[in-house]
Amino acid sequence: MKIVVCVKQVPDTAAKVVVDGGVVSWGDAPLVINPWDEYAVEAALQLAEKSGGTVTAISLGGEAAKEALKHALAMGCNDAVLVNDPALADIDTQGAARVLAAAIQKTGDARIAVFGKQAIDGDSGVTAAQTARALGWPALTLAASVSLDGDTLKVERAMEEGRQKAEAPLPAVLSIVKDFGEPRYPSFMGIRKAAKAEIPAWSLADLGVAAPAAAVTWKEILNPPARQVTNEMITGASPDEIAAKLADKIMEEKVL
Amino acid sequence: MANTVWAYIDQFKGVATPASWEAVAVARKLADQLGSGVTAVILGSGVEALAATAFHHGADEALVADDPALADFRGGAYAATLAAAAKSGSPVIILFPTNSRGREVAGMAAIDLNSGVIPDVTDIALEGDQVVATRPVYAGKLLAKVACTARPQLITLRVRAFGKPAVDAGRTGTVTKIAAVADGDKVKVTGYAESEGRLSLTDAGVIVSGGRGTSNNAALQPPADITDEKQKEIWRAQQGFKLIGELAETLGAAVGASRAAVDAGYIPYSHQVGQTGKVVSPDLYIACGISGAIQHQAGMRSSKVIVAINKDAEAPIFKLARYGVVGDLHDIVPALTKVMKERLGK
Amino acid sequence: MDFTLSQEHNMAVEMVRNFTHKEVIPTIREWDRKQEMAPHILPRMAELGILGINIPVRYGGQGFDYITLGLVCEELEYADTTLRVVMSVHMGLNSMAVLQWGTEDQKQRFLVPQAKGEKYACFGLTEPGAGSDVAGMTSTAIKKGDHYVLNGEKMWISLASKAHHALVVARTNLNAADPHDGLSAFLVELDSKGVTTGDIHGKMGVRAGSTGWLAFQDVKVPAENLLGEEGEGFKIAMSCLDNGRYTVGSGATGLIRASLDASVKYANDRKAFGREIGKFQLVQQKIAYMVQSYEMARLLYMKSGWMKNQGLRNTRETSLAKWFATDASFDAAAEAIQVHGAYGFSDEYDVERYLRNSKGAVIYEGTSEIHQLMQASYALGYRTDGDLRCELPAYDEEYWQADS
Repeated sequence: MKIVVCVKQVPDTAAKVVVDGGVVSWGDAPLVINPWDEYAVEAALQLAEKSGGTVTAISLGGEAAKEALKHALAMGCNDAVLVNDPALADIDTQGAARVLAAAIQKTGDARIAVFGKQAIDGDSGVTAAQTARALGWPALTLAASVSLDGDTLKVERAMEEGRQKAEAPLPAVLSIVKDFGEPRYPSFMGIRKAAKAEIPAWSLADLGVAAPAAAVTWKEILNPPARQVTNEMITGASPDEIAAKLADKIMEEKVL
Repeated sequence: MANTVWAYIDQFKGVATPASWEAVAVARKLADQLGSGVTAVILGSGVEALAATAFHHGADEALVADDPALADFRGGAYAATLAAAAKSGSPVIILFPTNSRGREVAGMAAIDLNSGVIPDVTDIALEGDQVVATRPVYAGKLLAKVACTARPQLITLRVRAFGKPAVDAGRTGTVTKIAAVADGDKVKVTGYAESEGRLSLTDAGVIVSGGRGTSNNAALQPPADITDEKQKEIWRAQQGFKLIGELAETLGAAVGASRAAVDAGYIPYSHQVGQTGKVVSPDLYIACGISGAIQHQAGMRSSKVIVAINKDAEAPIFKLARYGVVGDLHDIVPALTKVMKERLGK
Repeated sequence: MDFTLSQEHNMAVEMVRNFTHKEVIPTIREWDRKQEMAPHILPRMAELGILGINIPVRYGGQGFDYITLGLVCEELEYADTTLRVVMSVHMGLNSMAVLQWGTEDQKQRFLVPQAKGEKYACFGLTEPGAGSDVAGMTSTAIKKGDHYVLNGEKMWISLASKAHHALVVARTNLNAADPHDGLSAFLVELDSKGVTTGDIHGKMGVRAGSTGWLAFQDVKVPAENLLGEEGEGFKIAMSCLDNGRYTVGSGATGLIRASLDASVKYANDRKAFGREIGKFQLVQQKIAYMVQSYEMARLLYMKSGWMKNQGLRNTRETSLAKWFATDASFDAAAEAIQVHGAYGFSDEYDVERYLRNSKGAVIYEGTSEIHQLMQASYALGYRTDGDLRCELPAYDEEYWQADS
């Protein structure tokens, strides 16, 4: 069984991201595989291990996105494909979903497409659901646990109120949350394989789809206004005294 | 004239999430500017009663698909039902609350309607009937001003970002039944695994959070049957979180945690606040024994009032805090619980 | 000349960094305080393949080159010296010696399980009464038929109480004209009858590591466990140090970087007289020296690693790399404490641990004084390195990575 996992290359979570001259900059912070996508890769690999399947990693992005794919390969994915086309520069989430859907279909016989919960740059968190819609596959999003029972995927979904148990027949789309369990590190053997891997790039022409027009456009990107905090340190002779002073302040703020 | 501003009412087991009313209230404001009415879209089973509350918050009309097939949330079925209604109506803007369901329905409906979705918006401006939405990106490190040029514009609103909605119990409106379009969704919901009804972090007005500091009360002696050092540490941390839980209960707050505390196994991931956890913006955020790594800040920096309690005077969390206490959470938190109980008459 | 690291190098570093940041750094202060090695460290290093990083795949290793070993040591010691120490003894002083000097049978019995991380290995040279004066050792291994009888005591042995195997140097010829020629090296299984081990507590540094002693009382060591030839013990021990010192030097480079990073972070955060202390020139000077030390230490160990890859004798270069990096790591840690002011003096911050951890490496595997004598001797023409009967094999990518 073929499983596809979609990954994205993003600036590291520790990066100081700023807008400089209208352009997003993260200084010399490294680009890394989207941390949520590592959980997706882990889930895809576990599903493949249990079902005797293979995992193909797909990323939509420029040449730099190959690094995310190499990370996925080093973790144990069997192969990787980059979807790279100049026409994708200003793509929005629905466009990305349609292109990813075409790429997933081009892999031939993918039965499961796995996504991370969201990408930590755009923070949209809709790509898995939208890709499922574009594919016409059921979506089991925010899965905290996953099992495969014949041709049925069973998950527990992390919703605000608790865990929803749901299932769907294959082919299906999954998105994975952190509760799933820690992703494995790349293995040294995997690293060697990844370093040597030639990653094919597919253009929109290869996928046979037209460049999707972006419905959503970024008009402006700004540094958030500096948080104006007047910092007040509460001190006192005893914890009780400090607590009493702090309680006064909290009551004055009228936030309860 | 048909209403051009719609609000999607998110509900769980027939109870609307409070954020849904925030969406209705924002829809009301936009509709007033556009000279239009507000339509609330209510999907579920046994949910018709929610229409009245939608009217109280500013809706003029409610489209209700009340069908057993919609009893459990399924994104595909909900999106298809919504999209069908939108196709036969004329919404220009559809607002949703940002939560797991809101994102999914809006995202899927955007595909069905061949339009676009703008998720997790914290501010809205109108230019004609064009919404310019502000949304935090890169975990709030930046703000993007975003517009959807297609119609309808699907926008999910960050919970608690638009203030408390006004209520007018005298308002009424018309209820229109619509049909559920649920057959296409192959997802089957088979039950719920975890206790429901816990105050969700994203909805909470007050959050008390703990970090690694919860475990460093060396004076506490774990029971003799815990011999493993790691287990002793976790046991100590759980005593720390007990103190935090007591304060949270007193304040009617949810309990949060830093990634360090979650990774160390002190508390389940569902409590994690931060870039790879939940992004929250409560009125009051009390950080106990949390140093305040940039990833944690990304998840809580938009809180209205931040209180930091930490032993380390140099901890970065103090830079965000309105009020800071340099001290041991194991001393300060129980003292604060005691005095808050008195103040709140509990 | 090309200073570019390969993608393999970078990804290996990234993986080790991921491991240390998730599984070591969050709790290392507590283990250091407890003076215990976190129980998960060795099994995880084994499981992840770190314990066999630069051993050929055919011998159970991961097939990476010697430069990767240096890079990994730098990354490990960035988190804590105790992890690099594991590599120094298990890999540098033991496994690489088996690769260099061992028979095929010894490689199968010792190197394969060590590279796979199924067995941990240590190195027994130093004795309570003999450190720099190796030839002054009193441990003996007397041949009796098909085995040797080993007696004596080894001290300051990293992983003494954790290891399964030890490379032990002992005197086999009590009457050798030059006492250096009377020494031989053995691969000893530490579950043999007559072996006792223990830990040493109260160390200034590497407190989250295992340092101890090995005692041998009439231990029967099979003759086929003699490493190299009888009388080759001193040469083997010195060749072990060429590899051990490489791990120490590259590790100390990581410690310099840790001091530098901590100082930069603190200098950007901490304010005095209304501005960040990084704005003060005397703080800048300290940071500038750390940058300089880091770059120099890294270039020196890289050169030594490159020479190992090429199969070139590198005793001189490795000694220089080890001497410079360990001295510089001690200075960098001391200055990092100064940058931190009173907070640096507290174990709530890492820098005081860096200082305590840095000192050991200035002493072991050749004190700085020994390295000064060596460097002067090379420069003055008093010392040259002759060929060894068995050289460390040059890195051959194809051979290293083939299954057999």
